[in-house]
Amino acid sequence: MNIVVLVKQVPDTSDPETEVIIDSTGRGIDESKLSFVINDADNYAVEEAVRLKEKHGGEITLVCLGRESANQVIRMALAKGADSAIRLDDEKFSYSDPITTAKILKTALDGLDYDLVLTGCMASDDGYTAIGVALAKMLGLPHAAMVKSVEVIGDNKMKIGRELEGGLMEMNEVDMPCLLTIQTGINEPRYASFKGIREASRKEIKVMDLAATGLSEEEVGEAGSKAVMAQYSVPEVGELAEILEGDASETSAKLAEILKEKGLV
Amino acid sequence: MHDIFVLAEHRQGELREVTLEMMTLAGQLAEQSGGKVTAVLLGSGVDEFAQKCAQYADRVLYVDDPIFENFNAMAYVPALAQLIEEQKPHLVLIAHTTQGVDVAPALAVELDAPFTTEIIEMSLEGEKPAATRQYYGGKINGRIEFKDSDVYLVTVREAAVPAGEATKSGEVQKVENPLKGEAGGRRFLEYVEAAVGEVDITQSEKLVSVGRGIKEEKNVPLMEELAKVLGADLSGSRAAVDAGWLPTDRQVGISGKTVKPKLYLAVGISGAFQHVTGIKGADVVVAINKDPNAPIFQYADYGIVDDLFKVVPALTEKLKEVK
Ligand SMILES: Cc1cc2nc3c(=O)[nH]c(=O)nc-3n(C[C@H](O)[C@H](O)[C@H](O)COP(=O)(O)OP(=O)(O)OC[C@H]3O[C@@H](n4cnc5c(N)ncnc54)[C@H](O)[C@@H]3O)c2cc1C
Repeated sequence: MNIVVLVKQVPDTSDPETEVIIDSTGRGIDESKLSFVINDADNYAVEEAVRLKEKHGGEITLVCLGRESANQVIRMALAKGADSAIRLDDEKFSYSDPITTAKILKTALDGLDYDLVLTGCMASDDGYTAIGVALAKMLGLPHAAMVKSVEVIGDNKMKIGRELEGGLMEMNEVDMPCLLTIQTGINEPRYASFKGIREASRKEIKVMDLAATGLSEEEVGEAGSKAVMAQYSVPEVGELAEILEGDASETSAKLAEILKEKGLV
Repeated sequence: MHDIFVLAEHRQGELREVTLEMMTLAGQLAEQSGGKVTAVLLGSGVDEFAQKCAQYADRVLYVDDPIFENFNAMAYVPALAQLIEEQKPHLVLIAHTTQGVDVAPALAVELDAPFTTEIIEMSLEGEKPAATRQYYGGKINGRIEFKDSDVYLVTVREAAVPAGEATKSGEVQKVENPLKGEAGGRRFLEYVEAAVGEVDITQSEKLVSVGRGIKEEKNVPLMEELAKVLGADLSGSRAAVDAGWLPTDRQVGISGKTVKPKLYLAVGISGAFQHVTGIKGADVVVAINKDPNAPIFQYADYGIVDDLFKVVPALTEKLKEVK
């Protein structure tokens, strides 16, 4: 069973030291102080692919739209068991909206032979939650979003569970080839082994620029997009919490008093 | 005609609240643009939902067919595409829910329409819609500009507007199922309810809720100790549950539980929309987070901006003293 997994590198916004600052263009963020990681949901998608490969054989190809620095994320996924990777990289891809991003990603899949495409359900930086399902439509594949359980049943069929609001699971049967967007928590992502990391350095990362995609300049980036992000702004915040000042012993004393006053202790 | 379509959402015999919110938003937008609101309902024997939608819409397009008894994106996408191509609405609103995200991006591709997701604000003042959505877990807003089109498609964040009053009495039009044949390649099987654990956090009076900020499973006992002095139960964010630190039934938020404690103490939780939507019913919300810009402080009544590993042990001691 051959699997394609889409992976994305994102800033690690769970780090309290990460400050998201809008840059001078108003359309990007200052990346100089950020650390970067694999998108959370993509990490689960990679793990799910490796588990399926361990069970059913086949090869895993990673597809990533990102700059050279994203190789770090790709190498780690290769170390966990993916076999090869394609990275789409061209200045001209900047400012693509999610539909156009899917169109660009599709060019990397066009030459591949696959039974299953996995993506994370959402990217933590832009939050669009759209690329996978859009890509499925472009590829003419059946799809399911927010998948939290996957099982191959018989020939060319999967039984999958979509996680809905309130944790309700919606079980579906999907014909392969298909595309699934993977929700976090579906598995327990492994750490790469030293052996895996060593081997990953020898695996191929093919790079595709605009010319290699066969798309024109007008079809990608802002020119090729119909709903672009034009301007970032700092959200107006409503009434903030009353922030208790002082060192830990002072703030905790204040909080303990407040809770006691309110009859909550 | 500036018709606005709203996709009605229903599940397990219930019209979902988000549909009323969306129709309310559509009503506001229709006032700006001079258009009409059309609810689109795909279902099977759900006449009462059609009637309910009619109280919020100028018109209800109701496709009544067994294929729509349960949601299936592979049936929804072609059916909606055909209805939209026939009826030519100016704007289509779909809720940014687990149904909406399964349908909307594919529909956008099919219609070749300008498309964005999870908008929190929208206006239809001019010819073109303008929309705002959030980036980086709610730390930044972004304004979306659309290229000219006959039809625009967006998904809308749940609770972006509260559901308004039922002031309309639209006409319910039953339309023939535009979908010929089966849903391509996907079949609904069944629903499986979330497992119930030993503690029902929806009933808890107090909750100490932990997030990714507690870093490791071995720090859970520290949090349990705080919970114990407070007489609280332990709950957590999705990140904490995904990491295996807490059982699934302790998850607070949109894909977890909606809680309504007297005290909700969030420790190392950033306050993502999907999380805070589950704590709207909480009385007093307290947040401990090292990042002064964490969105959780917008939802909290009291906040401590500090390292939780300093605050939690100190707080546990102080609470023992004042008790
Ligand atoms: C369809 C869907 C459904 C979802 N449903 C849910 C849901 O039901 N519930 C839910 O919670 N999430 C849900 N999410 C995920 C949600 O988007 C967030 O990813 C999640 O809530 C983040 O959890 P967190 O706040 O624990 O982690 P993070 O966002 O990583 O935040 C960690 C916080 O800890 C702070 N921190 C770190 N170290 C320290 C320290 N030493 N001291 C103090 N503070 C520290 C950081 O400043 C940061 O603010 C859902 C997502 C999707 C796509």
